[in-house]
Order: sequence, then structure tokens, then C-alpha cells
Amino acid sequence: MDVLAEEFGDMRPEQLAAPVNTVEEKWKLLPAFLKVKGLVKQHIDSFNYFINVEIKKIMNANEKVTSDADPMWYLKYLNIYVGMPDVEESFNVTRPVSPHECRLRDMTYSAPITVDIEYTRGSQRIIRNALPIGRMPIMLRSSNCVLMGKTPAEFSKLNECPLDPGGYFIVKGQEKVILIQEQLSKNRIIVDVDRKGTVGASVTSSTHEKKSRTNITVKQGRFYMKHNTLSEDAPIAIILKVLSFCNSTLCKAAPVTIDGQAMGVESDQEIVQMIGTEEHVMAAFAPSLEECQKAQIFTQTQALKYIGNKIRRQRMWGGPKKTKMEEARELLASTVLSHVPVKEFNFRAKCIYMAVMVRRIILAQGEHKVDDRDYYGNKRLELAGQLLSLLFEDLFKKFNSELKKISDQIIPKQRAAQFDVVKHMRQDQITNGMVTAISSGNWSLKRFKMDRQGVTQVLSRLSYISALGMMTRISSQFEKTRKVSGPRSLQPSQWGMLCPSDTPEGEVGGVEDEMEITPNTELLKELKHLLDNLDILQMQLDIITRPYIIVKKGNPAVTNKHIEELTQGYRNFEDFLHESLVEYLDVNEENDCSIALYEHMITKYTTHLEIEPFTLLGVCAGLIPYPHHNQSPRNTYQCAMGKQAMGTIAYNQRNRIDTLMYLLAYPQKPMVKTRTIELIDFEKLPAGQNATVAVMSYSGYDIEDALVLNKASLDRGEKVENKQVLVNKSMPTVTQTPLEGSAQPQQPQFRDVPITYKGSTDSYIEKVMISSNAEEAFLIKILLRQTRRPEIGDKFSSRHGQKGVCGLIVPQEDMPFCDTGICPDIIMNPHGFPSRMTVGKLIELLAGKAGVLDGRFHYGTAFGGSKVKDVCEDLVRYGYNYLGKDYVTSGITGEPLEAYIYFGPVYYQKLKHMVLDKMHARARGPRAVLTRQPTEGRSRDGGLRLGEMERDCLIGYGASMLLLERLMISSDAFEVDVCGQCGLLGYSGWCHYCKSSCHVSSLRIPYACKLLFQELQSMNIVPRLKLSRYNE
Amino acid sequence: MAAPKSNVEEIRNRVILGEYGVRNVHTTDFPGNYRGYDDTWDQKKFEENFRVDIIEMDESTGTLEFDMVGIDAAIANAFRRILLAEVPTMAVEKVFIYNNTSIVQDEILAHRLGLIPVKADPRLFEYRSAGDEEGTEIDTIQFQLNIKCSRNPRATKDSTDPSELYLNHMVYTKHMKWIPIGNQADLFSEADICPVHDDILIAKLRPGQELDIVMHCVKGIGQDHAKFSPVATASYRLLPEISLMQAVEGDLAEKLKHCFSKGVIEIENVNGRKFAKVVNSRLDTCSREVLRYEELKNKVKLARVRDHFIFSVESTGILPPDVLVSEAIKVLMAKCRRFLDELDSSQVD
Repeated sequence: MDVLAEEFGDMRPEQLAAPVNTVEEKWKLLPAFLKVKGLVKQHIDSFNYFINVEIKKIMNANEKVTSDADPMWYLKYLNIYVGMPDVEESFNVTRPVSPHECRLRDMTYSAPITVDIEYTRGSQRIIRNALPIGRMPIMLRSSNCVLMGKTPAEFSKLNECPLDPGGYFIVKGQEKVILIQEQLSKNRIIVDVDRKGTVGASVTSSTHEKKSRTNITVKQGRFYMKHNTLSEDAPIAIILKVLSFCNSTLCKAAPVTIDGQAMGVESDQEIVQMIGTEEHVMAAFAPSLEECQKAQIFTQTQALKYIGNKIRRQRMWGGPKKTKMEEARELLASTVLSHVPVKEFNFRAKCIYMAVMVRRIILAQGEHKVDDRDYYGNKRLELAGQLLSLLFEDLFKKFNSELKKISDQIIPKQRAAQFDVVKHMRQDQITNGMVTAISSGNWSLKRFKMDRQGVTQVLSRLSYISALGMMTRISSQFEKTRKVSGPRSLQPSQWGMLCPSDTPEGEVGGVEDEMEITPNTELLKELKHLLDNLDILQMQLDIITRPYIIVKKGNPAVTNKHIEELTQGYRNFEDFLHESLVEYLDVNEENDCSIALYEHMITKYTTHLEIEPFTLLGVCAGLIPYPHHNQSPRNTYQCAMGKQAMGTIAYNQRNRIDTLMYLLAYPQKPMVKTRTIELIDFEKLPAGQNATVAVMSYSGYDIEDALVLNKASLDRGEKVENKQVLVNKSMPTVTQTPLEGSAQPQQPQFRDVPITYKGSTDSYIEKVMISSNAEEAFLIKILLRQTRRPEIGDKFSSRHGQKGVCGLIVPQEDMPFCDTGICPDIIMNPHGFPSRMTVGKLIELLAGKAGVLDGRFHYGTAFGGSKVKDVCEDLVRYGYNYLGKDYVTSGITGEPLEAYIYFGPVYYQKLKHMVLDKMHARARGPRAVLTRQPTEGRSRDGGLRLGEMERDCLIGYGASMLLLERLMISSDAFEVDVCGQCGLLGYSGWCHYCKSSCHVSSLRIPYACKLLFQELQSMNIVPRLKLSRYNE
Repeated sequence: MAAPKSNVEEIRNRVILGEYGVRNVHTTDFPGNYRGYDDTWDQKKFEENFRVDIIEMDESTGTLEFDMVGIDAAIANAFRRILLAEVPTMAVEKVFIYNNTSIVQDEILAHRLGLIPVKADPRLFEYRSAGDEEGTEIDTIQFQLNIKCSRNPRATKDSTDPSELYLNHMVYTKHMKWIPIGNQADLFSEADICPVHDDILIAKLRPGQELDIVMHCVKGIGQDHAKFSPVATASYRLLPEISLMQAVEGDLAEKLKHCFSKGVIEIENVNGRKFAKVVNSRLDTCSREVLRYEELKNKVKLARVRDHFIFSVESTGILPPDVLVSEAIKVLMAKCRRFLDELDSSQVD
């Protein structure tokens, strides 16, 4: 009772019994969160950290360049800065540049990297400031971007869309995203079962200087450490001995066991104490100690010698020769578990870390309670900033070693002018290194044995959603070809961090995921982890975290008052964090929390409250109304299709000259919205139209999900626009570069190389841009436009993964109409529903219909939204049927239909796949040069292949003449002269082999066959044809 | 209240609205289909039964509601279809864009212009013959749209309102100017030929942008393009008929009243007991709300009168709705005449 009294103090019973207050509109925290964080804040924060902090650290780590030739000569970096993006107008004249100009002129949006240096020239010491060493591509909306802190009006002045998320680079005019890479956590013990079925622990240590992997394995009941610097596995006890002894050698000389013995543990007893004194733990470790005894290792020196002998020989140039013992000590201090710091050879921390690894293995043994690699707490994310910092560090080191090489070469030579490094600091190495890495996506760093392809991707600008979706995408680091279900499947620990719906289908399924709205990656959050009485400061990089409302004594810390203040603008999201009303949790922390989904679920053990459950879904899945009523694969399909929907791309879409752009002439915002739609401003850049849909069968042209469209609706404007760049001007080109020196300056010759417009339909030229790129090369961009009207075969989709092509266009008078005279824009076959189970679409229709009648938008937010009951009651109030099914009259007969028709508006997207781009037919046309067979593919005006299986059918049917016609006559028939005597191919009635024309006869064979004969001949195989009379 | 009818009578004359579907949807009164009924076509009988009542006509909104009773659905539907697709009007068909520096693309602008209802009596014009590019006074109306946006010199400095900052930044239909061809100026006045509404937004401009456009309106029908359709919509519904199978009283009566549109059911006080009474079933929207309640479901019969069409015609404003209907009838008559002529001529062969 006392405890209770303490807990609840002077609260009255009725107060205690009162239900937990619900925080009205706590979703309002989300816009506040997004205002502070933004959807792509991870990218931007990480990049900002890199260019403002990390780059200085890199410089500090490599601050001095010395020369072997002159010990007095040095170059020291004092400071490094990344400037604002600019472009060189003429020599040494620069001007700030806007991102849009870079896009249009195919330039790189980059800023100079400048350094302050101190160096010697002769005997002088010189300090130079602001010396450029290269250029850094700048991420849009980062701290060094010109868009930083601009208002929407200023954005539009720069031809930039204020809704554009930023977070990407513009390299050579292309928008490139560095995808978020998901990796197994570094510096974390992972206990796993290896191929042989034994339990082992491994740690990938990663620090600025070193990366190494340390494994502890079990062999015949004994523990061994595996490390690639050691030629064979070292018994763990010996290493522990070294480690524990080293510790004590500082104060006194005393022995240690082999492993622990090298690290500073006093004795076997101390080692065992570190690992654990439980009976079974001690029993499990005993054999290792025994081995140590058998190896006759009792002192640290013995242990060090033992390890020293096993070190793999490394090429060591220069430097004083070290003894084996020193080498071993060095190795243990810096390479093994390099992330645990060792100061003055105090190995205590490292020793305990290793002991913990052993202990984890012992505990995991038997019951196989190994760590789950796919557990999201074991994952970390690698963002643009880190990847760039790796790249930059590599380039910077290369730059410095180049300088060293130059100084080594030049200093010994006697010159008139003294050696001045500044003259040898070339900018292009770093610049080109950065640009090529980002534009090609190949990250190859020899130092870390890193060779990754496809790190960057071109930002997809098909729709606003596709661009947003790409910015929040996470690609995981594992081979896509492998058929393992683990990494592909959804992990419970991904809850709230990754979107469960948004993942590609098929091969890559599960490999690429989308991040959710709220997750937030924390950079360099220093976490104190208590490890057996010892504080080890672990540097944890890039963990995904998620904000939660803190619950205190069964009441959420955030109250209505706070939210009110938030809406009035007295508070922002940061204040919530500072006042401990809201905090971020990562996956590992979530394990130690009790998080309630809703207020009514709060118990006395609850520590946190979810802000809003709909944040579970990502950007793409957030567009779906009522997704919690749909079968889950349908939501996944919609996530893929939302990215192909045409609509508006950005406010600056009319100024862009992209290779391909699909726009909608009259986009509408959806009748049924979701909170996510509002949060990501989809309403301002919509992609689709609200079409009145009748769910009924009509005409038979609606099988297999085909739709029937109303012609009058198309007449009244559902139009589509398509833009693509082509240069259709003829340009004179120099055929030859003028010969060097020899000839007199000739009149350069020109040849017309027209770039012509190729397209099945005409286009209008909307605008022409003539400019020059960064290399002063002439640049012409021509924007072509096609305005299209939906036609039969165009693809449409609702927001529920229900795609279909237009099967028929029906005049309005043939369309069914309801009592109020409304006729549908789209007729959809009801067979689309039973197997798909997209109940969300049915509810969207109801909510949309009620919204139209009421003149307001309804919400279809996940796990919430307008209630079906309320919506239906609205319908009744306006004189419509409760179920949304209307009495409908056929437009053809004029009589009523026997069934009531489910009728109302549904948001439809037009997908980018249009027949006009796909239709293809050919009677005759180009042939391939080599085989003389018709070319392949629509782009080459190719033929349609009668393939093997089709051929088999014809053979089976016995249609030999048809086969002959298809495979030879209409394909590559060729008249050859064959000599009946030798069976070889002749030439214009003459056999070159027999030197006669007596037996030469002419016949028709496929050209490919003739080619085969000749190719065989070239390989010294002689195919001979035996001829006989047709009728003999 | 409807007198109890024999079943055959109901099948012949009523469409029944059931809970899960509509029954008796098809016309079945073909000659010889029912014993004891003479369903042969008879002009006199038709003339006796057929009537058209104008219920409401509003010139200002261009709406017309009328009843057409005693006719087959096929014929009523024919009128509806003709109204939608075959009564001709004048609409912008050819757009000559001399200058368009607005952000609206030429195609979209032309499309928007096409959809503007043009007030001009199509009966006074001819169809333009195929291949004719120029057009003459008898088949073409010419409009001109010449407008340029500029800054308003008198705008206050800190104003952000576009309508104050700029002049002519919104292009409306009122900016379209009729250019008479040939003798059109003598035949028509300014009021005869103009866009129906003068406040339809065509495009938005910003300073320096201008439109210089000449449009040709021609005669056409809705079948070709919806812009020629003279109606916003034309449709009909059948007259609802609600009959109470049993007396409904008390609270149930109250509930029943709420199941229908306002004014359909009223409560009648008989000796202090409240009885529901069908007052005007015409007003019902047929939401079938009653059928949701188990206790009311079997006390009511929802039906619609098969040959009583409540037409509703909403004109776009080019022609008054009554004229449209009579035009539609003329179109149908012309079709019939043509059909008869064809029959006659083929008999000759």
C-alpha cells in the first residue's frame, strides 16, 4: 500500500479510475516533426556533417605532407572549407550558380574546397589561405546550397520548386541520389552459427584509421580468435592472458593466460571471473585454459611471443625493426578489435570486450540462441555523407601522396626557382574523382577493399511521388541473386522504421525498402553502453530512430495544451524534445520499452505512446486510402504504381528539360485524402483525377480488368502531355581534325550530321535552349511536346493496386445513368474485387461520394479515417442509397438495369504506359547486316519473331510450306551456287574449287545457313552439300 | 393510393424496386404476350394515353422538367440520346493561334476554347462541308481574342494580389470579340452571337504574355465531340410509386417518414393515433432506405411507373430547353422520314 501511496500520492479514487486522457490531434506533432526534420533530412544532415565537421577531421588526420628528399620541407594543412556553389565564368572569375542552371546546362552543382596551408619554400615558411584543391558536388538544400533558408518566393526566382525535397546532387546535369545503404552494424558483437554448425562471435571494427574483423570460434570445445593478420587461429586464453597481463605490467610484472594473458588480466582466475563464474560457463571455458597450460604459457611475455610467432609476415619498409613481442603487442593494441581504445597499452577495456564475446558464445551454445542478423537493431545505415567522406579521404590521401611524389622528384634537382608546392596542387584530381564516382555510382576505394557499384542512381522524376519515394529508399547490401528468405522478409523489428508495403516485387523483393515518414537517422549519437561495470563509449553511427510520446505514470507527457501551443506556433518540435515530452527511440531501445499504440492501451508499465499509427507506412503507401482494409500485396502493388502515375512533377516542371516527362493537363486532388497526403503535399502536386466509377459489367470489353471510358469525359478534358528531348537540327561537323603542322591551314571540311526527329507521331517544339556547358561546348536542348488523349490500350489504375487498360471508349449516350442524370466516367468490372479483396477501394468510393455530396474531403488515413457508417449516413441524408448502390438506367435500351450499381467517384491514376509508345507492326523493313534477318525490337522497326515454340507448333501441324515461307522466304532467303561435285559454295555459276561450271546449280537457302557454312570453313571444317534432283 | 392490382397488371406497368435488385425491368406489352390484353399499336389509344406535362421551366438556369407519360422506354430514351448527341449547336472548331505566349499550351488552349458554349442559333447556320478550310457566312462564326497582360501602373507597392498588380491577367470569355463575316452583321446583333457566359476563365496571363487568336465556330453534333452537346445533361427517371401494404402507425410511422425524402410521407392523425400516409411519392429519390429496416421492409412496396418518364433537361444556355426538346423531336422525325424514304426506295429496286 505504501508503494501505491507513493506512486499515486494524493489522487482520489475517481481520479485513478478515470480513463487516460486522449490527446486530441496529436498527429499535429507530425507536421511539426517534418518541418524540423523533413523527409530527406537524413541525407541532408549527413552531408552537412560531412562538409562542416568530418572533412576537417579528415584533414587533421592527414594534415602533414613531408618529403624524403628534404627533411626540412613540409606542407601542413591548417584548415579546410567547402564554399558555396559557383561556376567559373572566365579565368578566375566566378559567379554563384543555381541548381536549375546546372540542370539545364549539364553542369555539376559543386563548390570549391579551399584549404589554408603552411609550407616551406626554400628556407621560408609561408602561410597561404583559401587555396582551392578541388570541387565538391553540393547536395541540394544542404547548408552550403544556395537554397538554404530561402522562402518559397525566392525559390521560384531561382526556378526551383519549394516542394522539392532536395537531398540529391546535380552532376553533369543529371540528378543523382546516393541511396541509403543498409549494412550490418559495425562495432557490434554478433553471435552466429557458421557453416559447420558451430557458434561463433564476430565483430567488424571500424574506426577512422582501421577496419578489421575479429572472429571468435569454437573448435573442440576450445575458443580461438581468428584474425586475418594471424597465420593461424590463436587460442583465446592466450590472447586474454596477454591483454590482462599488459594491464598489470604497468604496475607490476605478473603472468597471464594466453589470450586474456596478453590483455591485462591478472591470472586464470581473473580471466574466468571476467567471462563468468556460473558453473556451466566455467566448465565451458576450462578446456581453453587447459590448452594454455599445455602450451606452457604462464607469463605475458610467453604469451606475446606465442602470438608474435603467428603474425603473418607483413612487408615493412623502413622504420625500426620491431621484436616479435612488440609486433604482437602492437597488433593487439591497434588491429584486433580496433574500435576499443587502448591508451598506453592499457588493455583492460579490450580484454573485457573479448571476454564478453566469449561469454556470449558460451551462453548461446546449446540452445542456439544466436543473434538474428536481420534484426534491425543489428543494422546501420550508410548515408551520403559517410560515403562521400570515404571517397574524399581516399582522394585527399592520393592528392597528398602525389604532392609527396612530386616533391621527392623535384626538390633534389637544382632549379632557378625554388620548389613551390602550390604550383603543383592540381584541382582536377579531387574534382574528377568526386564527379565520376557520383555520376557512375562506382565507389572503389582500395584502402578499404571497397568496390561497390550502383551506389548512386538517377533521381526518377516520373512523378513527385517517385522522386520522394526514391529519396527515402533504402537498399540493402546483400546479393540479390541469392535465394534466401531472411533478408527479404519483413522483420518485426522494422516496425515503424521501414514501410511494410513499399518494396519491389520479384527478384529484388525485400531488398529495397522504403523508409517511413517519421524515422529519423541520428548521426553520431554517442551512446553509453554499460558493459560489465565498465563504461565503453561506443560510437554508433546512423541508427534509425523514431519519435515517441513519453508516458509518465500512465499519462502521456504531451497534453492537449501542448498541442494547442504547437498549433498556435508557440512551440516547435524541438521544444517537445527539450522538455522531454517526446523522445527518439532506436530499435534496440524499443526492446526495453513498453509502447502503447493508443491511449486506452496504456497500462502502468507503459513508457511510451505512439504518435500516430499511420506513420507506420511510408510515403508511397501513405497515398492509399483505407490501406488497412486492403489485402497487403495490393498495397505493395500500388506503391510500385504510384511511382508511374502521371501528374505534376514539381512547380518548376515547365522550366525543366528532362529526357522524358509525363504530365497531366488537368490533375485533381483526391476526394479521399489521407494525413500522409497532406504531410507530403501530394495535394499540391497531384497525379490523377477523380473519376465517377460504376462497378458493373458492360459490353464485354471489360474483361481482365479492362476499363470502359466515357467518350464525353475525354472530350471534356482528361488530357495528357509528354515531353522528350531530341535535337532535330542538322549541324555541320568537322570531319577531320586539322593535321598537325604538315599541311597549310586548310579550309576545314564540314559534313552534315543532322539529328532528326524519329517518332511515330508528330511533336510540337515547345522551346529551344542554346547554351554552353561547363567545358564551353555548344549545347542545344529542344523540348518537344505531344498532347495525348486517353485511348484504347492506355493504362490506368486506382490507388489500390488495381490496374487495367482501357478496353473501350463509349459515347455518353450509351452510358448508364442514375436518377440524377449522372453517368460514369469509367466502368469497371466487378470481377476485379472478389479475388483482390481491395475493400479499401469500395470504401474510398463511398467516402468520395459522400464527400462530393457534402462538399468536403474525407479522410482515408490508415488505421483511422472517416467511418463507413458516418459516410453512409451522409449518403442517406442526401437521398442516396445507404450502401452506395444506385438505381441505374441503361443508356442503350432506356430501361432500368436489373441490379443496383455501386456508383461513385474513385481517384484514378493514369500510368505512363501508353499504347502510342508501344504499338508496333511491320510488313517489311530493315534487316540486320550480318545475318540479313529482320531486325529485332520496336526501336529498330523490327519484325515479330516466329520463335522456337511457334516453329514447333508448325512442325507438329505439318505446315511445311508455311514454315519455309516464315523461316526463309520472308526472312533471309539467299540464292547460292553450289557445286554438285565438291559440295562447296560457288560463285556466279563457277566452282572455284573444281575450276569448272559443269556441276554448279543454284538454290535458295537462308542467308544464316550460308553464313554458317562459311564460318565453319574459316575454322577448318568443310561442310559439303550433297545435291540430288528434287523429283528423284 | 394505388388500388390493389392483379399481378399481371403489375408486371406490365410497374418496375419493382426490391432489396437486392430491380424486378420487371423490361417492357413486356408486346402484342399477343398477354392473354386478354390487346397490345396492338393503335394511334387512337396512344393519343388517349400519351401526355406531356411541363412541370417546371426556368429560363435563367436553362432547366426544364416535364413528364412524358404513356410511351415506351425506347422512344423516351431516343429523345434523351438525341438531346445529348444529335441536336446541333455551334462551337469553336478551328483555332488560329497567331501568338500565344501564355503558359497554356496551344492544344490545351484550343481545347478549352472549344468547350465554351457559344450563343448562336444553330438553326440559322449550315454544316460546314468537308474539306472547307475557309468557311463562309452561312456556316462559320468568327471570334477574335486579342489580349495582352501588363503591369498595373496604379498598383500599390506592397500589394501581392495579382488582380491589383496586373491588368488583363485573367482572360475571360467576355474578351472574345465576334467578327461578323459577310452579311452576318446585318442578320445578327451583338447580343445574338456571343459566348453564353462572359465569366468563363480561359487562361491566366502574366505581364508581357499575350494571346492573339482567331476562332471559327462551326455547326456540329455531340456525337462528334461533347462540346457540341447542347445540354449539360438530359436524363429521365421513372415516377416512383410508394404503396403501404399495411397501416403503419406510431413510432414506426415516424421512422418510415424519415426513410423517404422530405414530403413523401406525412403523419396523419386519426382519432389520436398517428398513421403514416403517402402524400407525394414523386419527391422520393429512391434511396430504398426503408428496406434496411426489418420491421418496415414488408409494409412498403417500392415501385416505379414504367411509362411515366420524368425528364430533366439542363441546357448549356445556347438554346432554351424547350426549344431543345422540340429540336430533338424534329431530329427523330427527320430520322423516321429518312428511314421511310429508304424503305420506299428499296422497295422500288
